[in-house]
Amino acid sequence: MSWKKDEDTDELGALMHLDRSTVLQEARVFNETPIRPRQSRILLAKIIFLLYRGESMSTTEATELFFSITKLFQSKDMSLRQMVYLAIKELSTISEDVIMVTSSLMKDMQPKSEVTYRANAIRALCKIVDPSMLPGIERFLKAAIVERSPSIASAALVSSLHLFGDAKDVVRRWGNEVNEALNGKSLSQGSSFFGASANQNQVVSTSNIVQYHAMGLLYAIRQHDRMAVLKLVQTFSGQNKGSWMGGSGATLRSNMAHVLLIRYAVRVMEDDPSLAPQLSTLLEEWVRHRSDMVSLEAARAICHLKNVTSKQLTPAVNALQLFLSSPKATVRFAAIRTLNTLARTNPEAVQPCNVDMEGLITDSNRSVATFAITTLLKTGNEASVDRLMKQMQGFMTEISDEFKIIVAEAVRSLCRKFPGKHSLFLGFLSGVLRDEGGYEFKRSAIEAIVDLAKHVPECKETALAHLCEFIEDCEFTKLSVRVLHFLGEEGPHTARPTVYIRHIYNRVVLENAVVRAAAVNALAKFGASTVGDASLQRSVRVLLKRCLDDRDDEVRDRAAWALRMTGDENVRDKYIRDDSTFALAALERKLVEYCADPGAALKGSFNFDSVPRISRAQEVEARDRQRQETMDAVLTGTTLKAPTSSKTAAGKGDLSADATQDAGASSGFVDVFEQQAKYASQLNAIPELAAFGEQPLVSSQTPTALTEAETEYGVQCIKHIYSNHIVFQFDITNTIPEQVLEQVEVAMEPEEDIDGVLQPVVVVPISELKCDEPATAYVAFEHLDPETFPAVSFACTLKFIVKECDPATGEPEDDDDGFEDEYSLEATELNAGDFMQATYIPDSHALWESLGDSAQSVETFALSNFDSIKECTEKVVELLGMCPLEGALAPKSKAAHQAVLTGKWLGKSKTVARARMTYQKGAGVTMELAVRSEEPSVSELVVSAIA
Amino acid sequence: MHISTPITLNMSNLTLYTTRALIILDSDGNRLIAKYYTRGSTQQSYKTPKEQATFEKDLFAKTRKSNSEVILYDGQTVLFKYVSDVYFYLVGDPEENELLLGSVLNGFVEAVSILLKHNVDKRSVLDNLDMIVLALDETIDDGIALESDPNVIASHVSKRGTDTIDVSLSNINEQTLMDAYKQAKERFNLALLR
Repeated sequence: MSWKKDEDTDELGALMHLDRSTVLQEARVFNETPIRPRQSRILLAKIIFLLYRGESMSTTEATELFFSITKLFQSKDMSLRQMVYLAIKELSTISEDVIMVTSSLMKDMQPKSEVTYRANAIRALCKIVDPSMLPGIERFLKAAIVERSPSIASAALVSSLHLFGDAKDVVRRWGNEVNEALNGKSLSQGSSFFGASANQNQVVSTSNIVQYHAMGLLYAIRQHDRMAVLKLVQTFSGQNKGSWMGGSGATLRSNMAHVLLIRYAVRVMEDDPSLAPQLSTLLEEWVRHRSDMVSLEAARAICHLKNVTSKQLTPAVNALQLFLSSPKATVRFAAIRTLNTLARTNPEAVQPCNVDMEGLITDSNRSVATFAITTLLKTGNEASVDRLMKQMQGFMTEISDEFKIIVAEAVRSLCRKFPGKHSLFLGFLSGVLRDEGGYEFKRSAIEAIVDLAKHVPECKETALAHLCEFIEDCEFTKLSVRVLHFLGEEGPHTARPTVYIRHIYNRVVLENAVVRAAAVNALAKFGASTVGDASLQRSVRVLLKRCLDDRDDEVRDRAAWALRMTGDENVRDKYIRDDSTFALAALERKLVEYCADPGAALKGSFNFDSVPRISRAQEVEARDRQRQETMDAVLTGTTLKAPTSSKTAAGKGDLSADATQDAGASSGFVDVFEQQAKYASQLNAIPELAAFGEQPLVSSQTPTALTEAETEYGVQCIKHIYSNHIVFQFDITNTIPEQVLEQVEVAMEPEEDIDGVLQPVVVVPISELKCDEPATAYVAFEHLDPETFPAVSFACTLKFIVKECDPATGEPEDDDDGFEDEYSLEATELNAGDFMQATYIPDSHALWESLGDSAQSVETFALSNFDSIKECTEKVVELLGMCPLEGALAPKSKAAHQAVLTGKWLGKSKTVARARMTYQKGAGVTMELAVRSEEPSVSELVVSAIA
Repeated sequence: MHISTPITLNMSNLTLYTTRALIILDSDGNRLIAKYYTRGSTQQSYKTPKEQATFEKDLFAKTRKSNSEVILYDGQTVLFKYVSDVYFYLVGDPEENELLLGSVLNGFVEAVSILLKHNVDKRSVLDNLDMIVLALDETIDDGIALESDPNVIASHVSKRGTDTIDVSLSNINEQTLMDAYKQAKERFNLALLR
């Protein structure tokens, strides 16, 4: 460790450089007779110090030490004995045979021993005890729990909680004693939490912490019993004028216990929404508790409630607002953190605190300041932005880079929110770009400007000018590349592209190879642009020709490619103006699979057609969402986890207030590919199913629920289509803690005749299904006739063997053989939409034209049961299983709408559908659906999916 | 994981396991003592001494210059407090009530202060290690707050007994008369100020 090298010359050095072997040598002291308590205690402290300092000790050393320590039990000295207990606890995890001291500890925990002895002996004993020995000391522990002395009771309760994990059955029997400890009259009647009586001789606990321990243990014992938890909450709500459900009037003296109680109350509310009104009144009352700790917890609980109303929020926010001006940093921190979370879902509710939060921007605690800024960004309005920006400008130079990044990210979000203020933001951002700063910070500032240029057309030219200025003097290659790429994308569409070409060509002359290559690419984009006139294109070609003499291979290659490509119109369209891209997650997975399979290269080169494509817009949407997650992660200080949370993030994408619903739909769409990749790996894990093919051609986008919510068993169905097989995946959840289900399978009875079309081949059951541990069963059919695509409905029944089990452990009772049972599910349907892979197809209009009338199938439907076009469109998208193009889901008029959908039939044949709809009140929606597909028969099939 | 946490929407901690570590560093960021608790928490972070050392080093770098009391660091709520050249840190669950954690840390630091007769510095902490480790043991038991009232904690810690031969932790023999005088003067001054 570094500090060992310290020039620690004073006498402390001896202790800081304490050596393990020296200490072990000194351990001889323990064997001396008579025992020297003081010296032994000091040596024990040294041993513990070594352990706490991170020194490791071998099992042999520890065991040897442990046994010499046991000799110290002969001394009656209290000061020594306390240290012995601690040493035993610390060594118990390293040493062997620690069980040897059981009898000595048992002796010390007898009622006649001293209080300090007893409490410590209980804790030490419970550390070393084996669950099998627990019944032997059960009697003592039960007695200790109800002991009048708080320290003994606490020791027993806390130790029981530690033991609970390994010996649930035994500890559960102590419920009554724990309850008594919870309600019992404690010796102390403290008045305030921090108020301390200085009298050391008769120290009375002001924290009443026994209640906290008792409540925690009682909950652990009864957590699976909803009624018992409810009763626990009721018992202590009684002090509120006995208004609610006859509370018994028991009082909570411990604030920490009260904090727990609030959490349990919230738990009860979640389990049983019918109790929510009473409980939220209770929470509101607790917000006014005289202890900050309790008040904070109650306010936080209210803020985190689902579907909370603004009326409920008001008292909580008021309390938090008061906390914001507290002199204690921790209180301010807790309050602003809660408000920050609340602002994500309920920015209006937080607005009253804006002025207080502005005061916190310069708070000495950085975390508080950061939370304040990010919260303000969510709650701020147009008027306060000027003030906020001015304040931020003031302290930009004083803060660390990490903090600057957060500010830059925050400004970026603000830009989106208030596009009208673009000149203010641009000024700010270009200002900070000129200042000193690290890569990450500059990057976020650049991204903010790029964002602004993309979303606010009025300021595009100014933004591009700022970026050009930046790359003139940029020390980060990566950022230069980023800016050049962006200039290449946006520059050609501006009024005076020549300005940017000059800046870009300067890079070719002055920079390193990587930047030069990027600059060549940017030039190529200008050259390929149709907007500019012919003379511009000629000059670009001249510039590119000069690049052919570059020192670097890559730069020359790119220049040559660019020259070739700008000359040929068809190639140009394909490479430079393509508005679609591969779904990167899917592409990566396919490539990995390809590389992992040794025979793959023999079968042929990598097949790009099998990779789904998404539009650029969708890709951008996905990136934005990731950024949102990163931002959240920065704020909460957590490291970014795998994209498991992407679903929730999509739901709370609140900062991008201008994100249209359309974009929201497509952002979910990008997830689909990741989801399908996941399905594929799950399916391939089962040998019977893996034989059907590498991965399904098409998988359902969203699972269909086959049960009502809140029933005993939850079942969701997902359909996978293979070239010759169809697999039904059933995700099943058991919600009954008292039951374990075995041999769970789904029986599927076709309601129509499917002979010769589908034939059941494999049923994969779930061998054991415990409560709240979802598992998956499969049913597979062989698709006998690949020319017909059946539309069939299956009646589904869940079949299983029920066994009773212990709700806490989930272990089935041994003697229970179980009984067979059935549970009927809703029917599953298979229709044409299931065979369609929803894929974005670039340039669908051209495809539509090229397919022509011959591939078309048209039909008109009168759909009187729809009340709006929007509703109808959504249903059509769902039925056809196709990907809605831009604007398809957001009808501009109420009377008429055209939606274009694209997809690939069986993941292969490109298909485009056009639905024209008109709506008349009373008559419902009339829809003309025209479908064109590369496979003419498909068009008809798709049309027939509606009906 | 000993106690199964039920699935709830807000991830509030329904158990008593709130504390992940208590660390005492000196003014150079070197560890005096540190105790990491692994029971009850789902993620057993900082298992190896190396991980712990890195965590402490980074945490110290982050907090040494600020006089604030709380920080979100590496996905956990960390409460901290300085007394002269001794830095106390309490690492807790990220979603835990900050004031609850604060009262635990406060209880410990105040108790140490009482035990060291309001003269907390690196030297006194090292000189009285036996009382410090006992105080820690009386404050937190394997991640559960055992007591938060400083007076109670202090009263549970036994004082050093007597021996026939007097041995102190630091080698008193080498202390010069001047040092002893200086220390006595300091304590006297402190007593006057109080």
